[in-house]
Amino acid sequence: MSSIAQKKGFGATVWDYMTTVDHKKIAILYFISGGLFFVIGGIEAMMIRIQLMKAGNDFLSAGLYNEIITMHGTTMIFLASMPLLLAFMNAVMPLQIGARDVAFPFLNSLGFWLFFFGGIFLNLSWFLGGAPDAGWTNYASLAMASEGHGIDFYTLGLTISGFGTLIAGINFLVTIINMRAPGMTYMRMPLFTWTTFVASALILLAFPPLTIGLFFMVFDRLFGANFFDVAMGGNTIIWEHLFWIFGHPEVYILILPAFGIFSEIFAIFSRKRLFGYTALVFATILIGFYGFMVWAHHMFTVGLGPTANAVFALATMIIAVPTGVKIFNWLLTIWGGSISFTTPMLYAIAFIPSFVAGGVTGVMQAMAPLDYQLHDSYFIVAHFHYVIVGGVVLAILAGTHLYWPKMFGTMLNEKLGKVTFWFFLIGFHLTFFIQHFLGLMGMPRRVYTFGTDQGWDAYNLISSVGALFMAIGVIVLVINVILTTIKNERVGNDPWGDGRTLEWAIPSPPPFYNFAQTPLVRGLDSYWIEKMEGNKEGMVYAEPLGDIHMPNGSFIPVVISFGMFVASFGALYHMDGDKAWALPVLIIGLAITFGSMLVRSLKDDLGFHITKEELLRDAKGGNKDGSK
Amino acid sequence: MDLNKKYTPQTWPDHPETATLEGKNKFVGFWLLLAAETVTFASLFATYLALKDKGPSGMEFTASGLFELPLVFAMTMILLTSSLTSVYAMYHMKNHNFKAMQAWLGITVLLGLVFLGLEIYEFNHYVHLGFGYTNSAFSSAFYTLVGTHGAHVLFGLSWFIALMLRNAKRGLNMYNAPKFYLAALYWHFIDVVWVFIFTVVYLMGVIG
Repeated sequence: MSSIAQKKGFGATVWDYMTTVDHKKIAILYFISGGLFFVIGGIEAMMIRIQLMKAGNDFLSAGLYNEIITMHGTTMIFLASMPLLLAFMNAVMPLQIGARDVAFPFLNSLGFWLFFFGGIFLNLSWFLGGAPDAGWTNYASLAMASEGHGIDFYTLGLTISGFGTLIAGINFLVTIINMRAPGMTYMRMPLFTWTTFVASALILLAFPPLTIGLFFMVFDRLFGANFFDVAMGGNTIIWEHLFWIFGHPEVYILILPAFGIFSEIFAIFSRKRLFGYTALVFATILIGFYGFMVWAHHMFTVGLGPTANAVFALATMIIAVPTGVKIFNWLLTIWGGSISFTTPMLYAIAFIPSFVAGGVTGVMQAMAPLDYQLHDSYFIVAHFHYVIVGGVVLAILAGTHLYWPKMFGTMLNEKLGKVTFWFFLIGFHLTFFIQHFLGLMGMPRRVYTFGTDQGWDAYNLISSVGALFMAIGVIVLVINVILTTIKNERVGNDPWGDGRTLEWAIPSPPPFYNFAQTPLVRGLDSYWIEKMEGNKEGMVYAEPLGDIHMPNGSFIPVVISFGMFVASFGALYHMDGDKAWALPVLIIGLAITFGSMLVRSLKDDLGFHITKEELLRDAKGGNKDGSK
Repeated sequence: MDLNKKYTPQTWPDHPETATLEGKNKFVGFWLLLAAETVTFASLFATYLALKDKGPSGMEFTASGLFELPLVFAMTMILLTSSLTSVYAMYHMKNHNFKAMQAWLGITVLLGLVFLGLEIYEFNHYVHLGFGYTNSAFSSAFYTLVGTHGAHVLFGLSWFIALMLRNAKRGLNMYNAPKFYLAALYWHFIDVVWVFIFTVVYLMGVIG
């Protein structure tokens, strides 16, 4: 992204990004594609709100409405929130622990491309006979009855992108376990690194059940298996269990990194060490641990029996404790701090009441008897948007402003950032607060229209106006990004002035090897410690300047992912029975995937070395964009 | 890493699989992958238990009527033995005895192939009896669980063979030692899963 990078031709830049194994460039890939899917999901949300703007609206047909709500949920969870968080994890986590790259740079790239092709595959359903329409939870009793190929796009697309996420999770875990700089003990890791660590562990253990559930559905729909066919002895509740054993940890996979981003922001802009760092770490671990024990609270009305419901109700309420610990730690971090109200800090401060509201309604639903009343009503819709938008999306927007300089080397405009913030925050509460009451008034979730005699008109109109506000906020953000990129005012190492962790001690964006010399970490908030002691360089070093080993770029990840993409089309059209080309396409796709994996395995890839001379030349202001 | 560096049993490290940072990363990463695989198989086992003997009314085949232990017992013994031979291979890998390692890996692969052949025979036998994949929820769950294990066996065998052929001429070095080690680890995992399949599917199935 430096002046040298911009002199490269467009084709060369595209090729560079398609073959890169640099975590910072992969972060940008995640960021751009996640942002794109966020806009698509947002447009779907706007269409939902236009449809529900007035009673008896015919903007969307009932069938199309089902497709749009399904794709809105699926896109926002799997293709927008997760990749955007993975973007920040990739961009920042290795820098925070003083590493030169992730443990498996090749797999990092593979993870991205699998996610990307899976997302494209899923969205191609719009053009190839209709999108999935059984809701983002894709309950088997609905999904098995769905005609056309929508559900198959869902199962195969999510399988591919799920593999990508699993790979990313393993990669981050190993990176944090093995690649920390000298002195970076576990209890000195920045909170964002800790939340990345725990979220990755959740990815590791939560995605396989989803993959298995998706496989069952693929086998049922494409190959005549009977997992969910009740007449043949199958059981649709198995899908619900597998989905929620994945699905509940999934929401913590989203919210924990969000907590991490906010923890960084509170410390930086209060100019104070995080209050209760140890408690925050253990609360993170506890939330991750409990996250696996509460899945059946999504299934209270299934009829698992009072014992199961009571156990899961109690387990769910317990999660409020570590979450409460975190809230108080953040409040006490702000307390007595020297606060600067930058855009990221505004988001962080707005996050606390918004998320607490979502948490409180969550505890309400944890009470099984009450949940029977709230189940499948707009109260639920209001609740999960309060935690996901009020938690995750606010964190993504805050992180975008906070880490923009570290990722792109420029500062987003603060004035426009605050305009975005106010539009988004007001729009968010306008949209979703009132939905609690719509739910209590009896409006069911997922209905495509309602009657004039039901008394829901005014509240729905208010909700739709709120959605418009959020859309304006996002559009202002896009304008902000465009203006900032055109202006291209470069910033230094620590543009916020109060950075505390290692990523702020190196240039923005960092050179492709991150650290010319591996830093020595002397405590929590290591860069802050050096600043307070007057160390002009911002770091002490653990090694002399010497040759650095770096991994080679590779095009193979794109090929492996493309093979899966092709094979999925074969599998999908194979079920029609009248398409002779489907089976060969399936086989060719798998051959591409496994063949390229074999090539990767057989060809030695030892990487290359950057010499000391090149590093010295860089230090004088030479090549910093990663081209060799 | 210098691929041409020649090692003797004396200069070869005690734990070549974790002697380099790449090796250490692969080692930890692979154990984590096995954790994910464990959850995968746990999901399959849970589903199998939920759907065991479930089918349309008047279903012909149930676990106690279908499964017979002699063949499956032989398969179990063969796979357990192949796990032992892969341990011998790793013993020689750690002693930098390439030829002995290749030989024991060869025996491991042969045993694995016999196992896979017997499994195919078993499936074929069931299908000829009329117990097809689409017969009942029970049959789908059975074939999916045991078949997924079989696919893992096939992948493990392909991995061993690819490694043996690729490195046949150049012997052991610090670059491929972790690869051999991880393939053997994977093989043990497959073996452990089979022990559970033998117990949960076949032993518990015959008991009824």
